[in-house]
Amino acid sequence: MSTHSTYDALRHFADSWGLAAMVVTFLVLALWPFRPGARKDNEAAANMIFKDEDDGE
Amino acid sequence: MESVVARAGWWLVALFVAIVAYAKAVDTAFAIHMVVFALAALAGLVIKLTGTNYQLATAGFGKLASDESKYDDDLVRWGVILTTFWGVVGFLVGLTIALQLTFPVLNLGFEYTTFGRLRPLHTSAVIFAFGGTALIATSFYIVQRTCRTRLALPGLARFVFWGYQLFIVLAATGYVMGVTQGKEYAEPEWYVDLWLTLVWVAYLAVFVMTLVKRTEPHIYVANWFFLSFIITVAMLHLVNNANVPVDPFGSRSYPLWSGVQGALVQWWYGHNAVGFFLTAGFLAMMYYFVPKQAERPIYSYRLSIVHFWSLIFLYIWAGPHHLHYTALPDWAQTLGMVFSVMLWMPSWGGMINGLMTLNGAWDKVRTDPIIRMMVISVAFYGMSTFEGPMMSIKSVNSLSHYTDWTIGHVHSGALGWNGMITFSAIYFLTPRLWGRSRMYSQRMINWHFWLATLGIVFYASAMWVAGIMQGLMWREYGADGYLVNSFAETVAALHPMYLLRAFGGLLYLTGGIIMAYNVWQTIAGRLRQEEPLYQPEYSANADRPLTAVPAE
Repeated sequence: MSTHSTYDALRHFADSWGLAAMVVTFLVLALWPFRPGARKDNEAAANMIFKDEDDGE
Repeated sequence: MESVVARAGWWLVALFVAIVAYAKAVDTAFAIHMVVFALAALAGLVIKLTGTNYQLATAGFGKLASDESKYDDDLVRWGVILTTFWGVVGFLVGLTIALQLTFPVLNLGFEYTTFGRLRPLHTSAVIFAFGGTALIATSFYIVQRTCRTRLALPGLARFVFWGYQLFIVLAATGYVMGVTQGKEYAEPEWYVDLWLTLVWVAYLAVFVMTLVKRTEPHIYVANWFFLSFIITVAMLHLVNNANVPVDPFGSRSYPLWSGVQGALVQWWYGHNAVGFFLTAGFLAMMYYFVPKQAERPIYSYRLSIVHFWSLIFLYIWAGPHHLHYTALPDWAQTLGMVFSVMLWMPSWGGMINGLMTLNGAWDKVRTDPIIRMMVISVAFYGMSTFEGPMMSIKSVNSLSHYTDWTIGHVHSGALGWNGMITFSAIYFLTPRLWGRSRMYSQRMINWHFWLATLGIVFYASAMWVAGIMQGLMWREYGADGYLVNSFAETVAALHPMYLLRAFGGLLYLTGGIIMAYNVWQTIAGRLRQEEPLYQPEYSANADRPLTAVPAE
């Protein structure tokens, strides 16, 4: 493949399937903590930093 | 015993290599740096040989078994001390160059003290020395607490910490001697870059191995931010510093990237250094220290995850906004602008998340000076991440670019957000790490808070006025179609603003010195006798039942 056609193929991939894949990945990752039943996990995760109040000293 | 010999052998090899490189050096700066390397290797060798317990070593214990029931905080203690030290040094150099801009005679007519050499010394001292040491120290503290396990690979962790300090010394001395790649925030030359690469890979290993041996099932969100900071900085550093040395024993090199590609790579690096070094890393501090100090969990854990992924997916594209109206293709400039504007949302989501953590505990802003610092820090995070996207809009940028407005923006972020969150982390950590009931003086924290806040106000407002004035003067055309102002006239007009900026810097430095004194006294084990900052009001006279008083 010539340099130009490599560039052309890559840029068409970047603004079509590549872009779509990135958007889908982002949405899945960002929406993951909102799945049903995750509330308890989120609360546990937010509070875990208070388990070691004596700081292990 | 063999491991002692083997490790001492490695230090000896490093010492030998440094001496050979010194002997073959083709320029003075490289020779001096090889002496610094040799001294570091010698120090490592001496510590290895004198610090070993030979009785235990000959009895078959390669190294003392570490006490897994305690956190490994030695490096964090050193980190607190050195962060404080580098902070004061960095602010002092900053004030010096602010005064040089105001009174050029302070350049002293001496190549080592010119603005051009001291400016990278200032930026690297505050970003990489003050900020970087704080990041390494707090990440070691937080990853242990949130994984509830002792730091993995303790020997390597020591290499990371002290190796990073060596990087700082090499970078700083290099700038004064004129050793630079000429790339903003990536000034150190190729051999210093290689050293940092080694240190950084070790840092990644220590951090990941600690995550691997965690006893908590969930990895707390602060660690996500730290991990993204470590990985992304490694990637940025490698790509932007792809240089070929002119001579293997010389301090000069040329970049692989040239022309507009080089510019794009540099600002892809530069902006993501802001995004991942100064934002993601410091957000990790926010997500741990703010809830801990407020004694309330983060407002929304879900929002923190959305904040994280949005920063990761958006920040990496924003760099081209540094190259508006240049040879960079238009579509790339627009892409950079659009992604910068999109960053408004996660940044403000993160700010709201930090501030709302205080929901129901807002009285602590009045009673706890550390919380006060955290609040102003998160508020500045919000303000500077509002200002940044606005300045990335092309039409705004045509006015603001190359002016002091940019300098003001950077400092509202660096002094306000990074500085204040680091100060509050230091005030949080110092009493805990040295087993004191509180800082030496709460009132000094309050003084530091007000000096720093006023300093930022002087700095940022002076630079807004200076920048907009500069931009307007540069673009002013007369009726005859010629520019109205010469460049020297704009410089003369800036003088009063530069004075005000230097005054703001002086206030900020004074606050830093007060912090250093406070930390020093706390470590020394003293508690200042002082009136508490806040006392509930009580009046014995008023505290009685109301009795009927006969009418006159």
